[in-house]
Amino acid sequence: MSLSTPTHGGMPGGILQRLMRTPGLRRLRGSRALLVGLLLLAAVVAVALSAGLLYPGDPRDMAGPAGTWPGIDARFPLGTDMLGRDMAAAMAHSAGTSLTVGIAAATLALLVGIAAGVLAGYFGGAVDDVLMRISELFQTMPSLLFTIILVVILGPTTASISFAIGITAWPQIARLVRAEAVRVRRLDYVDAAVTLGMGHGRIVLLHVLPNSLAPVVVAASILVAQAILSDASLSFLGLGDPNGMSWGSMVGAGRPMLRTAWYMTALPGGAIFLTVMGFMLIGNGLNDLLNPRTPVR
Amino acid sequence: MPTSLRYVFRRLVQALPMAFAIVLLNFLLLKLTPGDLADVIAGESGSATPEFMENLRRLYGLDIPVHLQFLNYIQGILHFDLGYSFRQGMPVGELILERLPATILLSLTAILFALLVGVLLGVVAARSRGSLLDEAISVVSTMGFATPLFWVGLMLIVLFSIELRWLPSAGMVTVGADYRGRWDEWLDIGRHLVLPAVTLSLFFLSIYVRITRSAMLEVYGLDFVRTARAKGLTEARVVIRHVLRNALLPIVTVTGLQLGAIFGGTVVVETVFGWPGLGRLAQEAVFSRDVNLLLGIFLCSSFIVIVVNLAVDLLYAALDPRVEVRQ
Repeated sequence: MSLSTPTHGGMPGGILQRLMRTPGLRRLRGSRALLVGLLLLAAVVAVALSAGLLYPGDPRDMAGPAGTWPGIDARFPLGTDMLGRDMAAAMAHSAGTSLTVGIAAATLALLVGIAAGVLAGYFGGAVDDVLMRISELFQTMPSLLFTIILVVILGPTTASISFAIGITAWPQIARLVRAEAVRVRRLDYVDAAVTLGMGHGRIVLLHVLPNSLAPVVVAASILVAQAILSDASLSFLGLGDPNGMSWGSMVGAGRPMLRTAWYMTALPGGAIFLTVMGFMLIGNGLNDLLNPRTPVR
Repeated sequence: MPTSLRYVFRRLVQALPMAFAIVLLNFLLLKLTPGDLADVIAGESGSATPEFMENLRRLYGLDIPVHLQFLNYIQGILHFDLGYSFRQGMPVGELILERLPATILLSLTAILFALLVGVLLGVVAARSRGSLLDEAISVVSTMGFATPLFWVGLMLIVLFSIELRWLPSAGMVTVGADYRGRWDEWLDIGRHLVLPAVTLSLFFLSIYVRITRSAMLEVYGLDFVRTARAKGLTEARVVIRHVLRNALLPIVTVTGLQLGAIFGGTVVVETVFGWPGLGRLAQEAVFSRDVNLLLGIFLCSSFIVIVVNLAVDLLYAALDPRVEVRQ
């Protein structure tokens, strides 16, 4: 089982059919990972959506005595930080930020990656060469540094952070899609389409694109996981959106208190871990489920 | 020209456009930055007249067409002149050279540790395939991908520096230490190195576990392994000499490919542990919004990645004689 380069089986497309055909979730391990992952994700989404209801008001306002450890005061189940703000409220409000950046960045990477991959795979030749060289460039340079520089130049907003993360992540998608597109291009139905006199645009959109997307399903959830981690690193380094709350910046803020109150660091970090783990497990589970070559244990 | 030399030459030529692209990208980012060098200097000095600004721009060659500026920029890079960091009061090139050794020490230690533990766990997982142990190793390695490194670092500090008091939590040497000889100093650096290196290794470790496991499973069933067993070799010898050797190739490749990621990792890990390397320098540059310094670090680390990948490819050709034939 490989994580970063999930392979896809012989059948073009038809993920849904494959999912349904998998008898009784026979691949127990895969479905267990998927189940745990989905549960984690559902929990995070639920918290993110209900943050405003559970904790109305600004989570940055002082709510009680500073530095209350979790489990001491029933009003603050997760304690309060060094300024007396409710940790639970801050963490709930941060969930949405992480998910938004993660999904926005992954969407950008998917759009660019799929477009580049399909074009490179379908047209081949010079188009392929140029696009693949560019993707190599992005894979060579230290992408977190590049992201940091972009955010410093553009200024830290949710949009610029998502852009800066997404723009470094597309090559992995492009390579996956390209490999599929190269395979699909040689299939009979593409030849048939050419014979029918279809233009490149129609062939790419109607035939090559939909049939090259299978491996992207698994990669997409890994992509979100990586984007959330990058976003957390950025906010930890002080490059988060100053108008929003985030787990990464909470870890950064709690750092000076590490000696006396490590829960201020441990809790938001744990939230990042669980969220990322959720997406990872979904990716792994889907990979086991969709990839017929994964050995059944 | 012998084929091996020709291969070396071709790979060298292939690396050049990449280096050029990195330089071009760096230049574009520099131009994209709001405010130029003259603005930075004027900002540092407090006030400026339009004439003063104009003089500055002429002095630093900012009044000429962009393509000529680019040529000057390339010329500067060829002389390792990466500009001046006005916030740090030092040339960027010097700053980077000063910090580079610490980062190399940290990264190499992390990679070696990851290699050692990762391969070992990968072998164990492959040999006990499908067992609970295999499952546990797989879960742990997924966790390695999912944990933010800075958080792991901080939690290790809580455990080993604050609670157990075994290891120092920050810096590279004990402040004000009085060493009795070289050995003493190395030991002190070593003690400071443990936590950051382990933290940084985590990401690589997970990758190595996965690669080793799948590479081993791939060749386990092949004929030459059966032959080796049939010859009466001990299991350890079969695993090390025949199976593991084949797993080495993807491990070498991935190490090269992931080098850029390890530079990203050092920014975060060095920040957590106050390790005086390039990553820490980058964090300081972020803090003072010193784009010029950041770009210098970006350029240097990208070049290092290119050079190491070149070396990896050549090593690969040496390890696997089939490579040349295929090309």
